[in-house]
Amino acid sequence: MRLLTHNMLSCNIKGVTKGFPLSIEVQRLDTKDADFNPDFLRNIFPKLEWKAFHDAAVSIGLNDIPEQVDPTMLEDHEFLQKFHHALLEVHLEEGALICPETGRRFPVTKGVPNMLLHEDEV
Amino acid sequence: MWFLCYFLHRLLDYRKPEIESLAKLFLGENAELKWKQSPHHHEDSPFYFIDLPSEDVARQIASRSVLLKGFFEVWGEGRTYDELKASIESLSDEKKAPFLTEDSTFKIVVDAFGKVLSLDEQNERIHALSYIPFMGAVNLKNPQHKFWIIETEGNDFNNGLPPADNRSIIFGREIGLSNRKVVVKYELSRRSYLGPTAMDAEVALLMANQALAKPGKLVYDPFVGTGSILVAAAHCGAMTMGADIDIRVIRDGKGPDRNVWSNFKQYELPSPVGLIRADNNVPPWRPNLFEVYDAIICDPPYGVRAGGRKSGGRKMLQGIRDPYTIQENMRKDHIPSTAPYTLAECLHDLLDMAARLLVIGGRLVFFYPAPRDECGDDFLPKHPCFTLIANSEQILSSRYSRCLLTMEKTSKYTEIIAATARRVHQEFKDNHSEMLQESRENGSLHHIVFAPSNEAHRLEGSESRPRYRGKYV
Repeated sequence: MRLLTHNMLSCNIKGVTKGFPLSIEVQRLDTKDADFNPDFLRNIFPKLEWKAFHDAAVSIGLNDIPEQVDPTMLEDHEFLQKFHHALLEVHLEEGALICPETGRRFPVTKGVPNMLLHEDEV
Repeated sequence: MWFLCYFLHRLLDYRKPEIESLAKLFLGENAELKWKQSPHHHEDSPFYFIDLPSEDVARQIASRSVLLKGFFEVWGEGRTYDELKASIESLSDEKKAPFLTEDSTFKIVVDAFGKVLSLDEQNERIHALSYIPFMGAVNLKNPQHKFWIIETEGNDFNNGLPPADNRSIIFGREIGLSNRKVVVKYELSRRSYLGPTAMDAEVALLMANQALAKPGKLVYDPFVGTGSILVAAAHCGAMTMGADIDIRVIRDGKGPDRNVWSNFKQYELPSPVGLIRADNNVPPWRPNLFEVYDAIICDPPYGVRAGGRKSGGRKMLQGIRDPYTIQENMRKDHIPSTAPYTLAECLHDLLDMAARLLVIGGRLVFFYPAPRDECGDDFLPKHPCFTLIANSEQILSSRYSRCLLTMEKTSKYTEIIAATARRVHQEFKDNHSEMLQESRENGSLHHIVFAPSNEAHRLEGSESRPRYRGKYV
């Protein structure tokens, strides 16, 4: 699971109102090269919750993502590289996503977050 | 600029929408397409004329098309070879001369629709063209210019189409051909990880074209399975994301080298940016997530070969309405049971999710199954955010078809639309057992497809079934 996916997910247990952002429990991180694609980065940038992305990056040890950003930075190659790396090259292979409100643990195994709810949570 | 648009004679209903989508992909919003057809040709005939702004655009469209054979600049047309000669000679020399020069190389291809010509017959037709002043040298391997003679037969040899009034012969210069090698490259028989409902490579590529997949775009498949649709989208350069309710399919596959990821690695395509185990009925998106995907492409489980499942499980199956709880000590490693997901509910959730998560102008492309007599536009699912772009029917049996629907998001997902969707969602949930029962008894597609045959369902004229079937054949 990459931080892009993390940025889109929340805990959706019935009645939960503050299910986003999920905190990340790391057991194993992996770094894999991905093709650098500035068009995609510019497309996805305005769709992210930046604070959640920044905080998640810090929580898994990626400290070079700026806290404040604006669209002009998308012309800066150095920024795009860091953004690319944090968004697409770092994978949570094993671990979990934890709901900030209920503490419900959504396991991540082989890079796939399991967001399916139990019968009594629907 | 008018070009001859010569289609492949397959998936008849899908051909024009594909070219229209690709024109939009390369020309943008302002693509205004005009079609023309010779009056004596059947609607399902592979010969059309299309107006495109330039040869370059025609070549771009051809290079991505799956169902096109090629685009041609027509030099002459006739019912007989004498008429063809007169027609070619009447074309101004200005148009012809640049392609007949002394320093050029050329080749002539003889093609026949609905019949086969022997080598002798082909040579005879080529030599009969001696009235065209070709000055260049023949080069069969790598010519600068390729000319085609395309011949059709007027009588019954017409690939299952009703007989045309007369024979037609076209001579033209090749502008661009489609690249069918791509279809061979992605053939399922060469794929390392397959499921029972993996999407055929040709159709998956077609879906990616309908969805306007291209580099820089994000494409989502909520019923990803083994990833067969996303592989095609990735081939077109898009980034991909998928979800499935069956975790074994997306997480484990059939081993470390036979899973969804390996299907992308096999073709050296970028792997999906995310695979999520999630339920479309209770999706895990953050509440303020809107307009994130450029296209959603999927083949929803419609209960003939594979049925849909949703969360909620046993309590719904048993119609229990009381709180259903799992003991604390059982929570860890608990495997939630799932409940059957009716097609109606599945489609409602799909349209609602797509209306919310697609960007304006984004496309939802999916298969919609229906009995043969309910494939018209009036029977299709509708949503206030979407405009129907194309409805292409593929006949699967005498009882049912699947329609590839292409919808474009043309208006915003408003709070009123969201509130209505929540209400319908609750209705589905409250009446789960009743709806399931009803769908089992009469409405379900599975029932329509597998009910024992009787007089009403007897296939008429099954013995004379034409080799190619379109809506109008």
